[in-house]
Amino acid sequence: MNTANRLTPYLFLAPAAIIMIIALLYPLGYMVYGSFRDWNPAQALSETEFVGLKNYISLWNDAAFRESLGVTLTFAFFCVFAELILGVGLALLLDRKLRGMSVLRTLFILPMMIAPVVVGLMWRYMYHPTVGTFNRWLESAGINGIDWLGRNALMSVIIADIWQWTPFIFILALAALQSLPQSALEAARIDGATSWQLIWHIKLPLMMPVLIVTGLLRLIDAFKVLEVILVMTEGGPGLSTEIVALRISRTATEFRELGVAAAMSNYLLVILLLLTLVMFTFSRIQEIRAQRAAKRIQEES
Amino acid sequence: MLDKHPNPAFYPLLAALIFMAVGPIVLMLANSFKLDVDIISGTSGLIFLPTIQNYETALCDILWYKPDHLDFCQLKFGGSFINSIIIALISTVLTLVLGAMAAYALVRFRFLGRDTASLTTLLVRMVPPAVLLVPVFGLWNNDFCIGKNTSFGEFLRNIFGGRGDVCLEGTHSGIILIYVAMNLPFVIWILQSFILQVPRSLEEAAKVDGAGTFQVFFKIVLPLIQPGIAAAAIFTFRIAWNEYLLASALADRDTKTVPILLVNNVSEFNIEWGVIMATGMLLAIPPIIFTLFASRQIITGMTAGAVKG
Repeated sequence: MNTANRLTPYLFLAPAAIIMIIALLYPLGYMVYGSFRDWNPAQALSETEFVGLKNYISLWNDAAFRESLGVTLTFAFFCVFAELILGVGLALLLDRKLRGMSVLRTLFILPMMIAPVVVGLMWRYMYHPTVGTFNRWLESAGINGIDWLGRNALMSVIIADIWQWTPFIFILALAALQSLPQSALEAARIDGATSWQLIWHIKLPLMMPVLIVTGLLRLIDAFKVLEVILVMTEGGPGLSTEIVALRISRTATEFRELGVAAAMSNYLLVILLLLTLVMFTFSRIQEIRAQRAAKRIQEES
Repeated sequence: MLDKHPNPAFYPLLAALIFMAVGPIVLMLANSFKLDVDIISGTSGLIFLPTIQNYETALCDILWYKPDHLDFCQLKFGGSFINSIIIALISTVLTLVLGAMAAYALVRFRFLGRDTASLTTLLVRMVPPAVLLVPVFGLWNNDFCIGKNTSFGEFLRNIFGGRGDVCLEGTHSGIILIYVAMNLPFVIWILQSFILQVPRSLEEAAKVDGAGTFQVFFKIVLPLIQPGIAAAAIFTFRIAWNEYLLASALADRDTKTVPILLVNNVSEFNIEWGVIMATGMLLAIPPIIFTLFASRQIITGMTAGAVKG
């Protein structure tokens, strides 16, 4: 192999690598560095003062940050939990050759593709205390309106997210269901399994690897949600829907404390990193298991 | 599983699901054709006199005529629409070309640093835009500036005018750069699985015929992974088109994108529902069109991106 050949892969990789280093990795490093400094937007980072772990520690003692961390965790877990149950349930129900399935799938993608700010706008309108759709329905049914974005803000925000992202789980679960080995299902059916038994003992266990990865992927995404909530509630009332991503942006732009915002970003990043590693390890284990199983089958035959 | 006689209850369920998925969107579409009076008074339902007044208000700065009901063009939607298109299109094309090349290198070559590159791509996929806000804000404003006293900075200043150092902040390129970087990991990841399926024999044959590596890539591999490219393009465009947070930190008055405009007008106390819904509808239309015409590619992309994740 000559030098030109050996350089080829680097030539292919270089443009992407350079952009990612300049605009992704370097900024991340810059942020970690900045999180140890007392930094406001008027200063260049080199002019700032080193404060050690002060930003991290003060955040840990900051009730508002802890509350927003709690809100984020509640939001993420409730959303993903509900979406998994609904999405998988629907997939199991609709896993048959029905006319109109492809239409449903197409229309189901719409909520995910539309801009989060638009989704927030739609729901803000529907939740509106007087002109909103929901309260009008309730009132015409003779029930008092609900204070959607007031006292029940977090729940309302979760409902909007469920509307937007259940289809994601539904589509992936449906794809997983339709690629299950037909032989196993046939065998169980011949043995006289009821459809419940089929779901509990065959379908769900076989789908589990895909479901876990999908759930983790959704969980990671749920920590990234920002615009929908920003448009719907702006984090309020009080701090009741102020997720960490929103708090970072407010700390940076409103309170002008970039160092603290950087430290906050690092906390968020650590959570996401852990989730990614869990997902990564899990799919690795699955791969190895699948390989072993394939090998065993080969040896036996 | 082929059901000859599906339970008749499935069709109502299907209809209910479709209603739930599309209902809010249809509601917004309907409202965008209503006057504010009608929206607030609650003459609800679909019976109303449609008006395009809201769209006229939103688009007033690029209309060729002056709408009667407007004295002053306040909402400059047209300009930000053009900004959004420029930013989304350029960043999508750049991301796809660079991402496809990188994915090709990662799949087809064994080289020093391959595992590091691969792992890094995988890990940075989870970085949320909110985390990039602080560093990007600092870097784009300060560190990534070309001083006005340097010869290159002076040169740029002479061409484009303006004062101070030449910075990325407030330019289209600044926003494009961060979008490309943000989308690259995902595109690389998704395209890898498509490139893996290209038969090596085809590439070998082309090489025997005297094609160089770059020719093989652009003439053989790229055409063969078109479905993957289409899926990746839709996802990249969607993020670049819809993103709000980083754009709001980087854009100035002239480079505002549509989401920024929308958020700025929603957070006011007295929301003009009709106009804002018309703006929202205009922002939603491109993704809706993509979905209706390329839903299969989107589903392919989603499954490829998730299952291999």
